Amino acid sequence: MIEVRLHGRGGQGAVTSAELLAISAINQGRYAQAFPSFGPERRGAPVMAFVRVSDQVIRTREKVYHPDIVVVLDPSLPTIVDVVKGLKENGWVILNSHKDEKTLREVLKGYVGNLAVVDATKIAMEVLGLPITNTTMLGALLKATGLVELNYLEEALEHRFGRLAEKNKAAMKRAMEETKVYQ
Amino acid sequence: MGKRVAMEVSIAIAEAVKLARAEVIAAYPITPQTHIVEHLSELVANGELDAEYVTVESEHSAISCCLGSVATGARTFTSTSSQGLALMHEILFIASALRLPVVMVVANRALSAPISIWNDHSDIMAQRDIGWIQTFAENGQEAVDLVLHAFRVAEDRNVMFPMIVNIDGFTLSHVIEPIVLPDQEDVDAFLPPFRPKYKLDPRKPISIGAVGVPEIYFEAKKAQDEAFKNSRRVILRAWKDFATRFGREYHPVETYRMEDAEVGLLIMGSLAETAMTAVDKMREEGKKVGLIRLRLWRPFPTKEFRKAVSGLPVLAVIDRALTPGASGGPVGTEVRSVLYHCARRPRVVNFVAGLGGRDVTVEDFEEMADRAFFYKKKRPKEAYELIGVRES
Amino acid sequence: MGKDQALMSWKDVPFGLYIFEPGNSAQFKTGDWRSMRPELDKEKCVKCGSCYILCPDMCYEADEEGFYQVNLFYCKGCGICAAVCPKGAITMVLEEV
Repeated sequence: MIEVRLHGRGGQGAVTSAELLAISAINQGRYAQAFPSFGPERRGAPVMAFVRVSDQVIRTREKVYHPDIVVVLDPSLPTIVDVVKGLKENGWVILNSHKDEKTLREVLKGYVGNLAVVDATKIAMEVLGLPITNTTMLGALLKATGLVELNYLEEALEHRFGRLAEKNKAAMKRAMEETKVYQ
Repeated sequence: MGKRVAMEVSIAIAEAVKLARAEVIAAYPITPQTHIVEHLSELVANGELDAEYVTVESEHSAISCCLGSVATGARTFTSTSSQGLALMHEILFIASALRLPVVMVVANRALSAPISIWNDHSDIMAQRDIGWIQTFAENGQEAVDLVLHAFRVAEDRNVMFPMIVNIDGFTLSHVIEPIVLPDQEDVDAFLPPFRPKYKLDPRKPISIGAVGVPEIYFEAKKAQDEAFKNSRRVILRAWKDFATRFGREYHPVETYRMEDAEVGLLIMGSLAETAMTAVDKMREEGKKVGLIRLRLWRPFPTKEFRKAVSGLPVLAVIDRALTPGASGGPVGTEVRSVLYHCARRPRVVNFVAGLGGRDVTVEDFEEMADRAFFYKKKRPKEAYELIGVRES
Repeated sequence: MGKDQALMSWKDVPFGLYIFEPGNSAQFKTGDWRSMRPELDKEKCVKCGSCYILCPDMCYEADEEGFYQVNLFYCKGCGICAAVCPKGAITMVLEEV
């Protein structure tokens, strides 16, 4: 079972990202769960969302405390939230940032594990015209971990976004190309 | 054979109500029930569900509207949570006494104060005595199946009682997971149209809701109580038929790895899944722990429950609500009372966990099991213990 | 006061205590505790209908000739009809038991 924790700010689409991942995995014939960190939804407030993907029936309802993958949608979050908390050994941290590896590892208090970085805000602004980085960050997640199959994710995006799907797919694919992976 | 979909549980519940061909829906939105009624209003507005969606100004009006609607013979659904359910309170007794089979999904949420939108069972436990049949779902699939079951049971001429399907707020209502939505034709075969024997019809007028003077009130309540107890047979038969048609089995009390168990955990609702994972883990470590899931809460399945715990040394009852000043949580108190007359009854220890959305983890279940093992030899000092509350 | 006596066993209580004969309260004799009852003098009556309008229990009904007649099944003998009659056609007389 792979467990994912997404960090974002209210309005950036962390919950939607989680949902799209679970929907893709389920449509692939696997088992999955997606749920938000249930709270009053306030734009800008730090929020979390969780995903579990497994080949077996998932029988737990607790929050994700020991994620395999952490995705951070907002560049300012790692400085105020301990995003690597509970991360499993050989896990992944996937960040939205334009900064270099060394600086980021310092921000993550000397984190030495797997890291993937993409300037998602820039891509989102250029492709979508909005600083909403959720679909872009899904591209980075896919590039780094291959958690779900691309065509299922594209299908989920089409279903969710309708006429806006093309732009979101473009942002996701561009992120897949531009994501830098440090292992 | 149904369609496997990735769907939020709330949306799936609304789809189940559509599959049940509900004719009237009256509801007032409240977190965490909102997505259920939002989606239903969409289905009605889009013409996908041929029903009357009545927007009302409060939950009190919602349930009142539902009573009137069922009385005319229309299949009726509503849903609420927490304060909304509390606001319905006085009307809920009327629904059962007047034998009006509304089906309601309660997305369980804590009662204020402090203000909380998060999950526990304090809302439904405050409605223990309303005379509605009450079931608890563990996952999205069960929520869908139990909604279909509820219409079938409630509207049966041998039952005619309203019914609540409980789903944990957020921990179920807001989760996307795989769910098999049954085919319409299979649902139609399982769930016949609502044809009550008596209904409000201007062509054949009757009066519903007459005064019960002291000379008749008591007899009326006795008749209601007997009919409620008799609903048991229909509840079981409907589950049996459901299993034949859809391949998913449901029982009033379900056990998991209880063979040779020394400690049995008892829980209702979605946390039973986390508890299962905990049981698996402890079994691997050689601890003889099992799980009992109470699916039917009212009428209480005394016979099945006694059978499930027979020969068990310690029963750890996990409550999701407090009953201030009582000798345990609501489920703990009930269970102790049910077991009192059994010669070989397990020692009952009562835990209260997960109030107001506090996460209950695998570790928490391990802690409860460990404490229960300890109490095998020693009687607990307190009537109930809180799990996961900070002491310092 | 004796103990409340049930009119029927719980087994015979109608479903949901429904009333299958609507309006059956009309069968309930409410005029059984009258001490005075109204008597109409048709000679004086002008069929104005004041008694019919003002009777608090709606006991009056017009007969075939157009005279308003009291229904003693419901009349409680309050005397309003006699008090309002402009022609003094209604007299309250002692009810003989």
